[in-house]
Amino acid sequence: MAMTGEMGRPGLLATLREKYFSSLGNAALSIICFSILALIVWKFFDWAILSAVFSAANGPEACKATDGACWAVIDARWRLILFGLYPHEEHWRSALACGVVVVMTVLSCLPYFWNGRSISVIWIGGFLAFYFLMKGGILGMPVVDEQSWGGLSLTVFIFVTTVLVGTPLSILLALLRRSELPWISALTGIVIDSVRSLPLLTILFAFAVVLPFLLPDWASGDKLYRAIFGSALFFAAYQAEIIRGGMQGVPTGQEEAAKSLGIRYRHRIQRILLPQAFKNALPATINQFVITFKETSLFIIIGFFEILASGNAAYGTGNWTFAFVEVYAFIAMIYFVFVFSLSRYGAFLERRMDVGDH
Amino acid sequence: MLSAWNNIKLRNAMLQIIYVGGFVAVIATLIVMGRTNLQAQGIISGFDFLWKSTGWDVNFSLIDFSARDPYWLVLVVGILNTLFLGTIGLVLATVIGVIIGMARTTENDLARLLGAIYVEVFRNIPLIVQVFFWYAIVTRFPGPRQAINLADSFFLSSRGLYGPGLNITGLSAFLGIVAFLAGLGVIIWISAAQRFRRMDPARKTRLRWLILLGAFIVSLVIFWIGRIPDTSLVSMPALKGLNFRGGIRISTELSAMAISIAIYGGAYIAEIVRGGFNSVGRGQIEAAKSVGLTKWQVFSRVRFPLALRAMLPILTNQYVWLIKATTMGIAIGFADFFMVVSTAINQSGQTLELLGILMGGFLVINFSLAAILNRINRAIALKGNQLRS
Repeated sequence: MAMTGEMGRPGLLATLREKYFSSLGNAALSIICFSILALIVWKFFDWAILSAVFSAANGPEACKATDGACWAVIDARWRLILFGLYPHEEHWRSALACGVVVVMTVLSCLPYFWNGRSISVIWIGGFLAFYFLMKGGILGMPVVDEQSWGGLSLTVFIFVTTVLVGTPLSILLALLRRSELPWISALTGIVIDSVRSLPLLTILFAFAVVLPFLLPDWASGDKLYRAIFGSALFFAAYQAEIIRGGMQGVPTGQEEAAKSLGIRYRHRIQRILLPQAFKNALPATINQFVITFKETSLFIIIGFFEILASGNAAYGTGNWTFAFVEVYAFIAMIYFVFVFSLSRYGAFLERRMDVGDH
Repeated sequence: MLSAWNNIKLRNAMLQIIYVGGFVAVIATLIVMGRTNLQAQGIISGFDFLWKSTGWDVNFSLIDFSARDPYWLVLVVGILNTLFLGTIGLVLATVIGVIIGMARTTENDLARLLGAIYVEVFRNIPLIVQVFFWYAIVTRFPGPRQAINLADSFFLSSRGLYGPGLNITGLSAFLGIVAFLAGLGVIIWISAAQRFRRMDPARKTRLRWLILLGAFIVSLVIFWIGRIPDTSLVSMPALKGLNFRGGIRISTELSAMAISIAIYGGAYIAEIVRGGFNSVGRGQIEAAKSVGLTKWQVFSRVRFPLALRAMLPILTNQYVWLIKATTMGIAIGFADFFMVVSTAINQSGQTLELLGILMGGFLVINFSLAAILNRINRAIALKGNQLRS
């Protein structure tokens, strides 16, 4: 600043030259990157908007006449992609249930609600609202069985249930692993490490497909809940390590002080250790939520009709088979909106906490 | 009884016995119940089935395999396929990740923007969506008769990518490549390890060239031994009837999996690379510049070695994750370890044994990968007053 002060602000051209054409290599890099960017932006804009067909009114034939995107397939099949096989006249319930979960997620991102009780109330309340909206049977809503759930709402249901079951389990595992009793911590460590080194898919497969061969009929339960339990176990193994990392960030002096004051184990954990551990572990926890949300898509492989499967069905049948790119783009966009906003929020928190510490 | 509970030593012992005993009891009950259940279906437990022939074939195999071969061989085929896909995926993902990660650490805004778009787009879409997408793309290429022709030696078609190949068995190709890579590994070891630090530089260079030549010759010999008799060594794909004959075929399943793992893993590795370079202190770079090192020297002697040390532990986790991600091959029918085991469970009913083999296999693969990378990590870690030659 001091140097340019006397000469005034450098002109646009000078800035450009300094930033993008300072040397031969830099100039080449700038030109290559600019061409790629321009090409991508133009091609994408042309494909997705200019030459695209948006309305399904003219059927698939209208799409074949153009090179652009065939958004008509979404126009024709969006209900199938979002709601799966849910009864047509009850679709509003499925949409409302997803809305409830979005509100629940937004609420839990507000620091105002960051204490054990509020978060539990929000998540359990949100889950119950979601469940009864989907299942029905109360307030004159007809019952819709889990077998007919599908699309986005099934994805959301798998995610929320996994987190709700997995979080208490993860706290339990983390506490057991840092237990002072050697056998307990060793065995818990083996369990956590084994689960972590297996692919999620093998765990889902074991719970959903293999378990019924091993258990008598009365003990095996519904396939969906078995698979969700497997997914929750996997989530808990990872989350337990994250929480344990957060606990290690709490100075040992605090625990010793609490012990010397004669505070009971339960209260030491509940009021001293866990609140601080959660705060330390928050960015990593959000990251784990993001990963878990993405991994719900694996349920397609063990035969559930979640959003990816309903997307496959949307273009796989009838005369839309050529329009798979648009369907995948639509599904990718839905995932992107959820995952990107959550991970941005996580990055924001991380920066904020970094600032707070110094 | 109450006094026993108040004795802290006794209580701790009891708690541990209850916990461990309860865990063992649950597992044992599951196994016993499973065995009786399976026996009721007429399935005898034990590992004898491994020597029975399968009666089904796999769609992709590096070694010769037919439906008459036994179960243990099909498991080996699955493990080799997983390792094969994993190796291709990891190498490609690392290349992409390094390029994008470097782009994100340059001074050039445009390169950084391009890198950021890449990372955000591909990292935020689940891998399996990308797998389905690429599979849909590669299976919609024109059929073999209208295949896209690249210089008469590569053909892109809906049956896969055809290219010139060597007329050798898959196993010897695999072993030959492994032998060559092992040679490269020894060369890196000689360059980096403490043990060879005091060696005369000229001798060291000579030794490295000798090893390279040796590895090359050994792999050629392995190729030569494994060649298929009565054929020319190089075979070109050619259209015969409705399909291509000769050359090597990279199946659509394999290429879709490799592309997706490379692109998705590349986005994650790019972030790790960026983080590694950003962790190198400004002071170090300024110091390097001020002692008169050139730009390349600053990069190769200061920034890169320091960044690598910051990256490696995180990279280990990412590699393990990517190996686990190969299991998604089952979604599109790539015969990896997981798919082979699940087919075997379906066909033979030996559920418990195969599940044990599946989990044991992944534990071994992942622990060995992590162990190798951790060993490298320890070997290159900065030591107290290490002087670099």
